[in-house]
Amino acid sequence: MVDLHDGLPLSNATVEINELEILGTTDFDGNVIFENLCNDTFLLTVTHEDCVSLTQSIDIKKDTFNKIRLEHHLTELEEIMVISNNRNNSRTLFENKISKEVLEDYNSRTLGEVLKTVTGVSSLNSGSYLSKPVINGLHSSRVILINNGVRLEDQEWGIEHAPSLDINSIDKISIIKGASALKYAGDAVGGVIIAESTREKLLDTIYGNATTNLQSNGRGGGISTNFTKTHSNGWYYRLQGTLKRMGDFETADYVMTNTGFLEHNLSLKAGLNRIDHGFDIYYSLFSNRLGILRSSHAHTAVDIINAIENDIPHIIEDFSYDINIPRQKISHNLLKLRGFKNFDFGKLSMRYDFQSNDRKEYDIRRGDRTRPALDLNLQTHSIAFDLESKFENNSNLKTGISARYQKNFPDPATGVKRIIPDYKKYDFSLYSVYDTNFSENWFLEAGIRYDFSHIDAYKYYRTSLWEARNYDELFPEFVVEDLGLNTLTNPKFDFHNISSNLGARYSISESENIFINYSMSSRKPNPSELFSEGLHHSSARIEIGDLSFNSEVGHNFSITYDSSNEKSSLTVNAFANIVDDFIYMIPVDLMPTIAGVFPYWEYKQEDAKLFGFDLKYDRQYFTNFFVGHQFSIIKGYERANDKPLINMPPVNLKNQISYSFPELSNLNVSLESEYVFKQNEYPNNNFEVFIPTEQTYQLLDTSTPPDAYHLLNFASSVGFKAENGGNYKINLRVENLFNNLYKNYLNRLRYFTHEMGRNILLSVSYSY
Amino acid sequence: MKLLKYALLAIPFLYFSCSDDDDAPEPINEEEVITTMIVTLVNHQNGSDVVTMQTQDLDGDGPNEPVVTVSGPLTAGTSYAGSIQWLNEMEDPAEDITLEVQEEDDEHQVFFSASGVGMEFVYMDFDGNGNPLGTQFVLAPLGAGSGSVTITLVHEPNKPNDGLDTAGGSIDIQTTFPVTVE
Repeated sequence: MVDLHDGLPLSNATVEINELEILGTTDFDGNVIFENLCNDTFLLTVTHEDCVSLTQSIDIKKDTFNKIRLEHHLTELEEIMVISNNRNNSRTLFENKISKEVLEDYNSRTLGEVLKTVTGVSSLNSGSYLSKPVINGLHSSRVILINNGVRLEDQEWGIEHAPSLDINSIDKISIIKGASALKYAGDAVGGVIIAESTREKLLDTIYGNATTNLQSNGRGGGISTNFTKTHSNGWYYRLQGTLKRMGDFETADYVMTNTGFLEHNLSLKAGLNRIDHGFDIYYSLFSNRLGILRSSHAHTAVDIINAIENDIPHIIEDFSYDINIPRQKISHNLLKLRGFKNFDFGKLSMRYDFQSNDRKEYDIRRGDRTRPALDLNLQTHSIAFDLESKFENNSNLKTGISARYQKNFPDPATGVKRIIPDYKKYDFSLYSVYDTNFSENWFLEAGIRYDFSHIDAYKYYRTSLWEARNYDELFPEFVVEDLGLNTLTNPKFDFHNISSNLGARYSISESENIFINYSMSSRKPNPSELFSEGLHHSSARIEIGDLSFNSEVGHNFSITYDSSNEKSSLTVNAFANIVDDFIYMIPVDLMPTIAGVFPYWEYKQEDAKLFGFDLKYDRQYFTNFFVGHQFSIIKGYERANDKPLINMPPVNLKNQISYSFPELSNLNVSLESEYVFKQNEYPNNNFEVFIPTEQTYQLLDTSTPPDAYHLLNFASSVGFKAENGGNYKINLRVENLFNNLYKNYLNRLRYFTHEMGRNILLSVSYSY
Repeated sequence: MKLLKYALLAIPFLYFSCSDDDDAPEPINEEEVITTMIVTLVNHQNGSDVVTMQTQDLDGDGPNEPVVTVSGPLTAGTSYAGSIQWLNEMEDPAEDITLEVQEEDDEHQVFFSASGVGMEFVYMDFDGNGNPLGTQFVLAPLGAGSGSVTITLVHEPNKPNDGLDTAGGSIDIQTTFPVTVE
């Protein structure tokens, strides 16, 4: 007699042979033996206090051994489900979690902003709405985002591309800094963000939530709702939708013209959820239209000098909801089918997913050209099989195999040279992760992953560039046709990458743990790093990739101490990330063109090192008074010459005091202080630009970081029960309380504009 | 068995996605590029005194530098009728961008400046609001010497404005021509 879902023996189950009215009880190993039976067919009834009774017929022929699987009673299943919801992705990696409550407080925001609540995570912005997560100083292709088990493929290489994910569609986010979650990817040199929705309950019930929020800055808001219907037999469905609309955001002094956005998202999920098998189908659509600051449209170094000198944008119009050019229009479709079944040897699951990412960027163009200047469609299909096996000595083995096909199509109708070429990519990967409870206090985990990638691209290169970079001698086999001005090429690459992970957790006590981890991640160069060649208008520089790049390999060592009890919690994390062949851009020269002189930036591969330290400490004083502190520092350098890396997040310190009044509808008020230091270590990429009209040289200072800033935020919330049993929650937040005018080093548009001024946010949510 | 069922379901998707043909993508007609600026100066007093200043960058943002040529010296104490033509020679036949600029005269302005030699510039064409455009202009060299003339085409400047430095917008073309005035 064994338990259906984990295969462990069930003792004390009663087995009755109905025809003979003989009773037996299973022993500690789950066995029961009936002797001296005739060869015949009997009906067995099996009962166990925690299980649903089962009746089954068996044929007896001489000595017959029969294994019977029993399903636990539903109440117990419910507990198991809850535990599995809170399960970590790894037992030896410290995970920072963002709870449903925090997500609700931030539901009018972007993913990048929510993630910033975690110590050591910052965001790289392009304006006020477009923000990308930065983990331990790294971002873009180095941070992998997993949405409900699917790796998001949304042109994430671009600095001005925000993740296509609606935070209202997820219930929990886990952040694994500096290590790959080998099950999903081997190339997360910076870290992994895992966004999940909770598993559905095994009860006959309906639950959901509706939220409305309004904010003063941007003069807009959003509504979001979700609805789940579940059945005790395991069937369920879930619907969710979000609509957000904002107008122009404002700094303390002026309107940031053309920074509004419109976003609408939708997700549907349905399936069967049983302990030993299940399947689901999930579809989500993320789509938005967002304005890019009107004045950030600069073409040349001289334009940027003028903008920096001006300090404020040269176009400031009255507040408006219009989303004019320049703007981006993104839609991301995701369809996932997943099924799993438990076998004796473990839980086998299979997943197929399809993603289609459509990105259109509209620029200010001459003539009546209303077509986008960039129009990319990225389609990804992937299929994966995973097996999770548990062993008796409390150890687990996860193995998997997956394949992926990806196709990028840049629409030639734009009339603008393709930034990212047409390519097809074929990936294949295998992984295996083993963890074990080595002794009472030690957990160990070891994993390895192999990734193979084949890239088959078609690209028109300027013949002059193809020759200037010696590609005609290095890669003659790529040339398809020389068309004079351009050369059609067919670059093909294979990458074989190994990544691995070795971690340990030492439990000092129930509430105190130390996590030690080493992980090696290997990332193949992204299309932008390989194929860039030409003027990047939004950066006013010429960017050149390199076809001869090999994979970047990061060795990340981290140690985390975590302790929490009823009164306080402390997390201290230190890491060192030694990256070989780190791919990044540096200015190497100036290049004259007909539009003036441009800085010429090339992607380079150099060895780099990053290290840092985060600290989070929360403490309760008296009964209702809480104080929280967060501190993080990150340093990054080239290894050869100790030159600082660009865009490293400055040191920041957050402090929070809050007081709650349980007798006043759980009123909670808090004051948050955020101090961001001036980044004092940065590469000096400034250069002298000749100003022909004045016959002088002027310094183009794009390197010097802005000054330190200090923001104060106020937050309050109340929650109460409605008469019908639902819960209301009302949140009021005021950000940038003193309406400071400041600039942020991690905002790409900082040459053109300041950051948002005071913002008052009100949200009301009702859950049932 | 469910797994198998879904694996089977996925096959048409995979088949569909892999069945693309291997044809190379079509070349892009790069429409907005300006490869060439030709400035023609005709002496008001002497119709046979024509000076042409040209910059040409056929590979656009490619590594080849623009080729700047000036046909000859200007004559001091006279004035020249100037006209500017912009071409996109990446297209075949070359596209005349001047027409687009003139059609969108309220969104463009040409700025002139000289250094090393005294030079006066007068706008001769204007947009619908009476603000200067600059595809037609008068150039008057004030005295002999050698120096340079810089011509800048700005897209979407604030109009009216009091000069290039504060006009905003973005620079489409900026070229400095070496000039001699005799």
